[in-house]
Amino acid sequence: MNIERKRKISGLMALTFSTLAALIGLFWLVFILGDVVMNGIGALKLSLFFNDPVPPGVEGGGLRNAFVGQFLITLLATVIGVPIGVLGGTYLAEYGRGRTLSRIISMLSDIMVSVPSIVIGTFVYAILVKPVGHFNGWAGAVALAIIMVPVVLRTTENMLSLVPWTVREAAFALGAPYYKVIIQVVYRGAATGILTGILLSIARVTGETAPLLFTSFNNAYFTVNMKEPISSLTVSIFQYAMGPYDIWHAQAWAAAFVITMFILVLTISGRLLLRWRYKQ
Amino acid sequence: MKPAIELEVKNLDFFYNGNVHALKGISLPIQKYAVTALIGPSGCGKTTLLRCFNRMHDLYPNHRYGGEIIFEGRNILADKVDLINLRSRIGMVFQKPTPFPMSIAENIAYGLRLKGIRSKSELVDRIERALKHAALWDEVRDKLNASAYELSGGQQQRLVIARALAVEPDILLFDEPTSALDPISTAKIEELVVTLKKYVTIIIVTHNMQQAARVSDMTGFMYMGELIEYDTTEKIFTAPEKKQTDDYITGRFG
Repeated sequence: MNIERKRKISGLMALTFSTLAALIGLFWLVFILGDVVMNGIGALKLSLFFNDPVPPGVEGGGLRNAFVGQFLITLLATVIGVPIGVLGGTYLAEYGRGRTLSRIISMLSDIMVSVPSIVIGTFVYAILVKPVGHFNGWAGAVALAIIMVPVVLRTTENMLSLVPWTVREAAFALGAPYYKVIIQVVYRGAATGILTGILLSIARVTGETAPLLFTSFNNAYFTVNMKEPISSLTVSIFQYAMGPYDIWHAQAWAAAFVITMFILVLTISGRLLLRWRYKQ
Repeated sequence: MKPAIELEVKNLDFFYNGNVHALKGISLPIQKYAVTALIGPSGCGKTTLLRCFNRMHDLYPNHRYGGEIIFEGRNILADKVDLINLRSRIGMVFQKPTPFPMSIAENIAYGLRLKGIRSKSELVDRIERALKHAALWDEVRDKLNASAYELSGGQQQRLVIARALAVEPDILLFDEPTSALDPISTAKIEELVVTLKKYVTIIIVTHNMQQAARVSDMTGFMYMGELIEYDTTEKIFTAPEKKQTDDYITGRFG
């Protein structure tokens, strides 16, 4: 066999295997998404959003408590996590640029991103649930915030680093102090990118279940009291899916559909924002 | 009549990265309301010298100044100098246009706000005046609120000049302001530099000798961190005293 033929065959094999691998990956993704959409849309009812859970056998129950709980936990997590992430990223890209400490923090937060979220759940359990004596919403928000911080921090750092250094020098040359250079010039240039990072980090934590199981747990009743156990969509999906009743399964599908769509929309708008930014 | 002196550089030394000796014993007077060009081959220290005048080097660690630069009777290299005030008096225009990510008007208002100007009418006034001085007004008067990124490279550079002019500095430093521009934009900037010397003292670094000859009144030739020769532009380009200067301007090296 001559060498050209050999190369052609290896090329063809590489193409076949990589295409196959991509198709296998894609197949499961489409399968899961399709399953969620098919089962979810069918089970979607208005009562899901407006009614609280009812005992099995009673008609017309919903997951209002879980929607509200999820919203509150995510909102608080964002309020806690985003400022820490953005300010930390600012330190890394600006004040601490090039320092060993910054490099270590960057590396650690990359590791943090891939730490299993259940580890963070158990950690928060130890510091915010055990001492209090019962599950509570705050602990859930803190757990999700801890997951958000490294994501926001690294995106902020990267987006700030993309703003050309000469633009900062130009602001300095006009007599601006560093904090004004950062707030008024650099943040403006990086705003879309940072916002995208925030959106993606919210999308990331919205799907988390494990850390909430250990922290906010669940609550069959409607509550907005973050000091008490509070319901969330993901934990409700977990419990309903595990439960013995068909009506629970249907509600779990519907909730899964809603949360998947939410994450999808958030992720896509994040990507669109980024693309829009780089077109400019 | 002896021309007025804006800046007096006295025996200036500069070190970076701890002990790299980038400028060696430089002394020169910079004339008020004149254009002074600094020329020399890459790495000769001309940009380094320029960045001493507004203490740009202070943004980076491990540098050290020696000697003095006298501006209004005070040594601007002294520790206690207020850099924010200094930089609002001595503006700078960079090699690549550096518009801020905001509108054309906001770009110019930025420096004015830093100076504490808040009144809307004064801002509008000063923005218009600065854009006129930078010969950009006619091109942007209808789109002051458009993003500065929509302008061409040459327009962006004139916007940046307008931004620097708006705060009414005494001195404007130009660091190879046309090296990223096309010939037509370059010609506009050069023309602008010549007209601006009515209002400000200009120091321009360029590696384009024709440019130095066209726009400047005084020229300093630098080589290996030293100021080899400093004289009127005419003298430097027609009858330089030093052989190195002659070799450089006739294109024998550099």
